[in-house]
Amino acid sequence: MLRAGVEKAVRVNDFAIKLANVNGTGSASANGLLMQAIFRMGIPVSGKNLFPSNIQGLPTWYEIRVNKDGYTARALDYDLMVAMNSQTYERDIREVRQGGYVLYDSTWPLDPHLHREDVTFLGVPLAAMCNANFRESRERILMKNIAYAGALIAVLDVDMGVVEQLLDEKFARKKALRESNHKALHLGFDYARQHFDPLPFRLEKMDANRDKILIDGNTATALGCLYAGATVAAWYPITPSTSVMDAFTDFCKKYRKDPETGAMNCCIIQAEDELAAIGMVIGAGWNGARAFTSTSGPGISLMNELLGLAYYAEIPAVVMDIQRVGPSTGMPTRTQQGDLLECAYASHGDTKHICLYPANPAECFEFAVKSFDLAERFQTPVFLLSDLDIGMNDWVVPRLKWDDSYRPDRGRVLDAAQLEQIQKFFRYSPEDENFVAARTLPGVSSKGAYFTRGSGHSRTGAYTEMPDEYQEVVDRLLRKHRAAAKFVPAPVIERRSRAQFGVVTLGGCDAAVREALDVLQSRGIAADFMRIRAFPFPESVEQFLNDHEFNFIVEQNRDAQMKSLLLLETGVAKDKLRSICVYGGFPLSARRVTDRITSQLGELTERAVHS
Amino acid sequence: MPSIAKPTAIHPSLHRNELGLTIRDYEGSMSTLCAGCGHDSITAAIIRACWEISLAPHMLAKMSGIGCSSKTPTYFVSGAHGFNSAHGRMAAIATGASAANRELTYIGVSGDGDSLSIGLGHMCHAIRRNLKMLYIIENNGVYGLTKGQFSASADVGSKSKKGEPNRMAPIDSVALALSLGATFVARSFSGDKEQLVPILKAALSHRGFALVDVVSPCVTFNDHAGSTKSYLYTRNNMLKATETDFVPPASEILATIGRNGAVSVAMHDGSVVRFKGVPPDYDPTDREKVLDYLSEHHGKGEVVTGLLYIDESVPDMHELNNTPAQALAKISFEKLCPGSAALDALQEDFR
Repeated sequence: MLRAGVEKAVRVNDFAIKLANVNGTGSASANGLLMQAIFRMGIPVSGKNLFPSNIQGLPTWYEIRVNKDGYTARALDYDLMVAMNSQTYERDIREVRQGGYVLYDSTWPLDPHLHREDVTFLGVPLAAMCNANFRESRERILMKNIAYAGALIAVLDVDMGVVEQLLDEKFARKKALRESNHKALHLGFDYARQHFDPLPFRLEKMDANRDKILIDGNTATALGCLYAGATVAAWYPITPSTSVMDAFTDFCKKYRKDPETGAMNCCIIQAEDELAAIGMVIGAGWNGARAFTSTSGPGISLMNELLGLAYYAEIPAVVMDIQRVGPSTGMPTRTQQGDLLECAYASHGDTKHICLYPANPAECFEFAVKSFDLAERFQTPVFLLSDLDIGMNDWVVPRLKWDDSYRPDRGRVLDAAQLEQIQKFFRYSPEDENFVAARTLPGVSSKGAYFTRGSGHSRTGAYTEMPDEYQEVVDRLLRKHRAAAKFVPAPVIERRSRAQFGVVTLGGCDAAVREALDVLQSRGIAADFMRIRAFPFPESVEQFLNDHEFNFIVEQNRDAQMKSLLLLETGVAKDKLRSICVYGGFPLSARRVTDRITSQLGELTERAVHS
Repeated sequence: MPSIAKPTAIHPSLHRNELGLTIRDYEGSMSTLCAGCGHDSITAAIIRACWEISLAPHMLAKMSGIGCSSKTPTYFVSGAHGFNSAHGRMAAIATGASAANRELTYIGVSGDGDSLSIGLGHMCHAIRRNLKMLYIIENNGVYGLTKGQFSASADVGSKSKKGEPNRMAPIDSVALALSLGATFVARSFSGDKEQLVPILKAALSHRGFALVDVVSPCVTFNDHAGSTKSYLYTRNNMLKATETDFVPPASEILATIGRNGAVSVAMHDGSVVRFKGVPPDYDPTDREKVLDYLSEHHGKGEVVTGLLYIDESVPDMHELNNTPAQALAKISFEKLCPGSAALDALQEDFR
């Protein structure tokens, strides 16, 4: 190899690598192994899987960022590229930062035109080594990945003991595979040790992850549904939400089998389409079960019809929307925050829904539980808007906590004894201080019987086509929605001294925006931070916006949907809100935010000078 | 719309069922359908069937979609919860409702537009799941509430009120259900309560999904000459393939010999459906033969009625999912939530 400057300072626990692979070749397990090993070394780390909507043969990337200070949003500057896909060599090699490294399979010579003077090429004859050491063709392909992982372990100083331990756990019952993995790992490791000098960036054990776990948002969401006591789940398979129901199914197998009867205390139904999935959730909610569906944008589009029914007839329903890139089929394996308006106002007519915006898997768990409480208390659909980045990538988050004193908020439901005490039951009156009327469940008492309908109804629940009777009900629904603002998660607000403006964001943009604000601060630009966590907006949201001369709203969609929602639902002046929209489909990085804020600030200064 | 009050006085001579309720206790509010509508006769048959089997009103859930037929759950058993949902979606909503509470009896009332067009997929999949419910299609071949368009059940050549013939092949709910593996399939006529009531009672005892398609003429838009869903056409062309008696559980079962060697089918809940008469070579438990019979007679323009097919051996959705006998909605939270210790232990897998 070309000798890297020996004098160059070594960066410890602060670099980013990108692994370019072909999908369906087994690279995911090698990449996940590296990520998990770094996590176990106690170092702040993130892994972003940028995969295609395909089973085999298309380009796929995995990015690992290591940062001792905890900045783990997606990085755009790659210190090391593991170029394992000849289809994308050109682009991948171009993306390496100046002075960076490319690790490639030197079994075949690299086309000279791909060569760059300002990066160092580390050739490892991966295919040749694996062909010499493994017989089966599939095994040769799979083990090439483990071999490059071995080489990385060598050049980055990954703790080999931790890696061996992980392989022991993973292949505890598969001795032959354990052997193959061990062999491949050492092929790469030994080759790298013999041929390469240490790199100018490397890992060193820390203790930042003692109270942390490594979990994806969809698993955490499913866990929240399990803990909230959801018993009915209906869904239609769709990327990137499918793993929510896969995880829920697995958790139910483990925790919901009744020890006395052997029966399953849950009913998970794969529906014929999303129309049916939400219909089933609504039917179950009407009957008093905690029920949910998991879906993505195209599913929400189909569910719009019945979401209006649930809103108007006041039936609890929980929808986990794992957002992907729209419109239409869009890019199913890319991330976006494109369903904000669609969920807030789902269905025809005047509708408004409660939406929660988790930023990471820990909040997915917490908010999933909260969704059921809100849905039952307010007798209405509740959306949890996660996204592909949160849902399908592994995140390092604080250990999940559960308070054993938690009891579900079932809202106002009259039982037989309560019904006995009232003269006559009317479904939509009287209302409580949150504008919610008591409901009854079928199977309890004939005195509570009523007719649920999506057609016009009065406060008694009777069919109506009269303007005043209709309006009385829909006006209460609006007041009820507003009342929910006091019960949804409050925004996270962080103020800095001498802040010049506000920066507002939501969901998975959190880490990148926080990092961006720290970078700006280091350049002498101070800004206050607010992360909105729910709609309807608590009062503090509008307060924050008004406290600042102007605010940047950072979000991942083209049309500034959160900004639109803020303009529609708060009294804030339009010129106080400025948009930063990043919506290409990859997770947000701090640099996109700092660049855009800096340039917009420049324009503002210029305008001020000229006026 | 002003509701029309029914008189509440009950004549002392009215009979009471096992629950001490009279048939008046199974009524609902006054129908707002057109005078003479077939649907009202079906409503009367439902009322009678529920009263005769002594169904506790609060243990019934009445489900419907949108359309004239879907309005009818208001007209029976006012002591039961009803859900007048959205066009075509009743089967999906009933599926979720049943998932949450299997202890209730579910009666879904739908129409040919609701079930055979906009909600066709949901009905097919409810059949596949063998969802335990009585699913009635009040079949009149026409969209009534939107004033007379053909529905998917209109026969080829059947004429609209304006005289235009339908030229597209119909979807026959009975043949479709049989081909999908339905476990209880019947067709009847709103004008034949004698036949319909025992079918409904048997359907309410069925282990899974019971489809009862009832030809129910629309007096306003499809009861004219040239229509194959009119009162006259149905009366003239109706072929009663089977006649049935329903014997509730724990009743004395008398051995009877039917016209052509009767068949008795033991229901999952202990009751018995007794076929009083079936044609030679007709076996209501042989799917292929029933399909052949239907196809032969349909070709002659006949409307074959009766409890046409029954199979009590197929598990319903709950049995397939191994859910508990108790309603899921009633399972205590303590049983559902694994608690903090389990969460701590589980999280070792996420290290």
